[in-house]
Amino acid sequence: MGASQSARTEHEFQDLADRTGFSLEQIGNLNKRFRQLSKNEETLSRQDLASISALDNNPLRAQIINAFFDKRNLRQNEAGTVQVIGFEEFLMVMSHFRPAAMHITEEEREKLRREKLRFLFNMHDTDSDGTITLEEYRRAVEELLSKAGTIGQETAKAIADAAMLEVASTTRGKMEPDEFYEGITFENFLQILKTFDIETRMHVRFLNMDTATMRCGK
Amino acid sequence: MSVRVALHSRSFLERGLLLLVILIFLEGTVLTLGAASSPDISAQDNTGGHDHLDDHRGIAGSHVHPNYTKKAFPVLSLDYHHIQVPFEISLWVLLASLMKLGFHLIPQLSSIVPESCLLIVVGLLVGGLIKLAGEEVPPVLDSNLFFLCLLPPIILDAGYFLPIRPFMENIGTILMFAVVGTLWNAFFVGGLLYAVCQIEGTYLSQVELLPCLLFGSIISAVDPVAVLAVFEEIHINELLHILVFGESLLNDAVTVVLYHLFEEYSGAGEVTPMDVVLGVICFLIVSLGGIAVGAIYGILAAFTSRFTSHTRVIEPLFVFVYSYMAYLSAEMFHLSGIMALIACGAVMRPYVEANISHKSHTTVKYFLKMWSSVSETLIFIFLGVATVAGPHAWNWTFVSVTVILCLVSRVIGVVGLTFIINKFRIVKLTTKDQFIVAYGGLRGAIAFSLGYLLDKNLFPMRTMFLTAIITEIFFTVFVQGMTIKPLVDLLAVKKKQEAKRSINEEIHTQFLDHLLTGIEDICGHYGHHHWKDKLNRFNKKYIKKCLIAGERYKEPQLIAFYHKMEFKQAIELVESGGGVKLPSAVPSQVSMQNIQPKKLPPPVAERALPQFTKGREEEIRKILRSNLQKTRQRLRSYNRHTLVADPFEDGWNDFILKKQRLIELEKKMTEMSNYLTVPGATPDSPTMCRARLASGSDFKAEKGGAKVIPDPNAFYNIKASSDGVPTIQVDLASPQSPDSVNMLNEFSKRGATGQGLGQREGADRDEDQGLMMKPAGKGEKGEEEGGNKNPGLMRCLSDPGPSNEDEEDEPFLP
Repeated sequence: MGASQSARTEHEFQDLADRTGFSLEQIGNLNKRFRQLSKNEETLSRQDLASISALDNNPLRAQIINAFFDKRNLRQNEAGTVQVIGFEEFLMVMSHFRPAAMHITEEEREKLRREKLRFLFNMHDTDSDGTITLEEYRRAVEELLSKAGTIGQETAKAIADAAMLEVASTTRGKMEPDEFYEGITFENFLQILKTFDIETRMHVRFLNMDTATMRCGK
Repeated sequence: MSVRVALHSRSFLERGLLLLVILIFLEGTVLTLGAASSPDISAQDNTGGHDHLDDHRGIAGSHVHPNYTKKAFPVLSLDYHHIQVPFEISLWVLLASLMKLGFHLIPQLSSIVPESCLLIVVGLLVGGLIKLAGEEVPPVLDSNLFFLCLLPPIILDAGYFLPIRPFMENIGTILMFAVVGTLWNAFFVGGLLYAVCQIEGTYLSQVELLPCLLFGSIISAVDPVAVLAVFEEIHINELLHILVFGESLLNDAVTVVLYHLFEEYSGAGEVTPMDVVLGVICFLIVSLGGIAVGAIYGILAAFTSRFTSHTRVIEPLFVFVYSYMAYLSAEMFHLSGIMALIACGAVMRPYVEANISHKSHTTVKYFLKMWSSVSETLIFIFLGVATVAGPHAWNWTFVSVTVILCLVSRVIGVVGLTFIINKFRIVKLTTKDQFIVAYGGLRGAIAFSLGYLLDKNLFPMRTMFLTAIITEIFFTVFVQGMTIKPLVDLLAVKKKQEAKRSINEEIHTQFLDHLLTGIEDICGHYGHHHWKDKLNRFNKKYIKKCLIAGERYKEPQLIAFYHKMEFKQAIELVESGGGVKLPSAVPSQVSMQNIQPKKLPPPVAERALPQFTKGREEEIRKILRSNLQKTRQRLRSYNRHTLVADPFEDGWNDFILKKQRLIELEKKMTEMSNYLTVPGATPDSPTMCRARLASGSDFKAEKGGAKVIPDPNAFYNIKASSDGVPTIQVDLASPQSPDSVNMLNEFSKRGATGQGLGQREGADRDEDQGLMMKPAGKGEKGEEEGGNKNPGLMRCLSDPGPSNEDEEDEPFLP
């Protein structure tokens, strides 16, 4: 890269760092990875992500890849999907996985919590209508158990149903027989995962230094 | 008669085996005679018996005691020495148990003072009483007794129930505290103590450096027993608990090595750099060796438990014996026995649990709790007794400096180490956390026992050391142990979440694991999620296959969790009396109907057919499930002293049976469906379909109060038969409840199909009102409607009934 270009990227990175909260080194590392994945293109497509061999064994492969192309996760308030993402979008999705800072106020913690749970919620809510219906939940559990062979498929439905019942009973209380619980809203989702310390659990370690040796191949 | 028998046995017991055999013969005849005959015959026999007796005596006497002289036989004699040891052990155990019992009868007391403090006080009192009685106080906290008998149960309990996940997530921090922290404490305390001892006027100048360091290494280790006793009562959050507790477990290796090192060299006096290197190597060998020994025994235990399915009774024994062997083997090589036990327990648990029966699992749980609880009680009582017993050499300077230095070094150590650790931790330790970790560093009986082990000749100041150790233990246990609870409240440190994990949380735990692994893969670096995933897959692919019998190794964690929950709820339901007395804590009554999408399957008959089996399976599963789900948050925190009330244990086997049967049935049904060509006799109306598919387990069928309590077995069988025999399919569309499905019983009653149809219509009406599949145990409504499902369900779960399913099932075998 030429000097002028690197100056430009530096400026861009600084901008990105301000918006996403990543450090410059982390952004640099992620950028490298992005280029590696996108084969030096400006944009990343689904195929690029799907070609990561390490993902092959992941039961949530499709969902994870979808999450990267979901507009709701790109900090834009609209639903729908995009076909390709640029580096900025890539960073936006990744920023959901940043660990919490050491000293944060209670409000910030709550906000962080909501953000992270929102990401999970969006992964389940495939049709972006703001509720996770039983069908969607079932599909999510089925995916989760998709590597477990036949036992998994048989039990997945039952587990999703049980989980749904649980949500309904914890959030609604007693329900009349003719009432119908349409699905899990985000508020319900927050409520059932109240004891689930998402803010201390949903994060990965983003490397600060350049660790070419630790990279796994594509 | 009884006197004579006793007389026989007393005289014979002193003789050989031959006489014993004859005695038994004799007694047999005497007893039968005595029972069958009148007193005079018995008297006659009496003399006869004496004749025999004399004969034998003559023979025996000539063989064994040549100069035997006959004297009046003692009818009752006292031989306390004969039973002294076991008797006194029993007395101590009894005392300990009674004390524990007593404390829990006075709740006010135990809420202020930790149990450990009370027990030490009891020990002091008992020791005082013994002393007052003029007896010599026994050396109860003898090191052999402590390390070979009292300590292992506690550690095994801790290791077996070690919360692996938080432990592994924080292993770095724990190791840092355990290794570096303990080293720092030992050298800081030892070094400064030595410096203080050199000050003029303390009369301690004879204390050398190495004994000081030795003392420092003994006193610096946080004690697992004390930590457990106190931390269990304050219900601190998982992270802090595992940090302090993990440290107390893992610092054993450091303590062992330092102890042996300093003990070795305090004779020689010189420590060369070479010795330091050897010490480091020794530390690695002691800790890793301990873990290796433990892991080997753990795997052996897991492997053994694979084959115990025919001898369930001794299953629990393997857990205990292998663990104890691991401990002893490690101690044999002076490896860290504690680490061996922890490794053994933690390694064997997942596999053993999958292999052994539920009852054995309960037994293991109970035994571990019982033993560890009694051991712990005894340890604290003995600490008190030993305090009274021991010779003491009180030196104000030494003792107070020890106490202060321990506190100071602990605080500096924790703060300093946290500063370093926080650079690497993602979830940082806050100041509050640091305070609790520092303040929770209690010392305990391990330190005392190590001090007790010191050789009097090598260490003339042993008595003073022991006094200082005891004071430090008392200080930490009483002052810190009693104040930590108010401090935790005051600082509003996060407490343990006391809710049971719900299925949603379990789903999301799994979900998050995979998600984070995926994100790491996309980021392109191998983080710990990546390695954990690798390890998990390796475990599933190879290890589980070897160590777990049958098919269970294939079960993913989520499914295992779900099954467990299902079983528990089912059994809970049975135990709770089938919902007649409803626990008021049940949050709600939400039914499958409430969450089921309204527009469900296909109104067309030919579509119903291929789906038929599936729908049927669904149905059965739903009926089961709906009754099993009790979405109640329960308090299920682990405590060593009070077993979580587990009303689920009994009835387990029956449930398993049911479950297996159901699975078999489903299999058969699937097979059967291949032969099914005849479509259902009646076309399913959309509502019917909905009734059938959406709310497979509507229980309020019986209109008109025909209270047919379904025999669940019959229920399943009939389901099967209705699958297998097309003619019965007429009834398929009707709402499937155990009540209404019990068709064979009712078929004759109903007679005409019109009646059946009428019933179906009734059910449809029900459906329109919204069928309510009531979650388990909420029976009021069901009772009102007469079709009380609960007794039936109870029977379903608790009593397989006399009907021999297997025979009934046979016709359906393809």
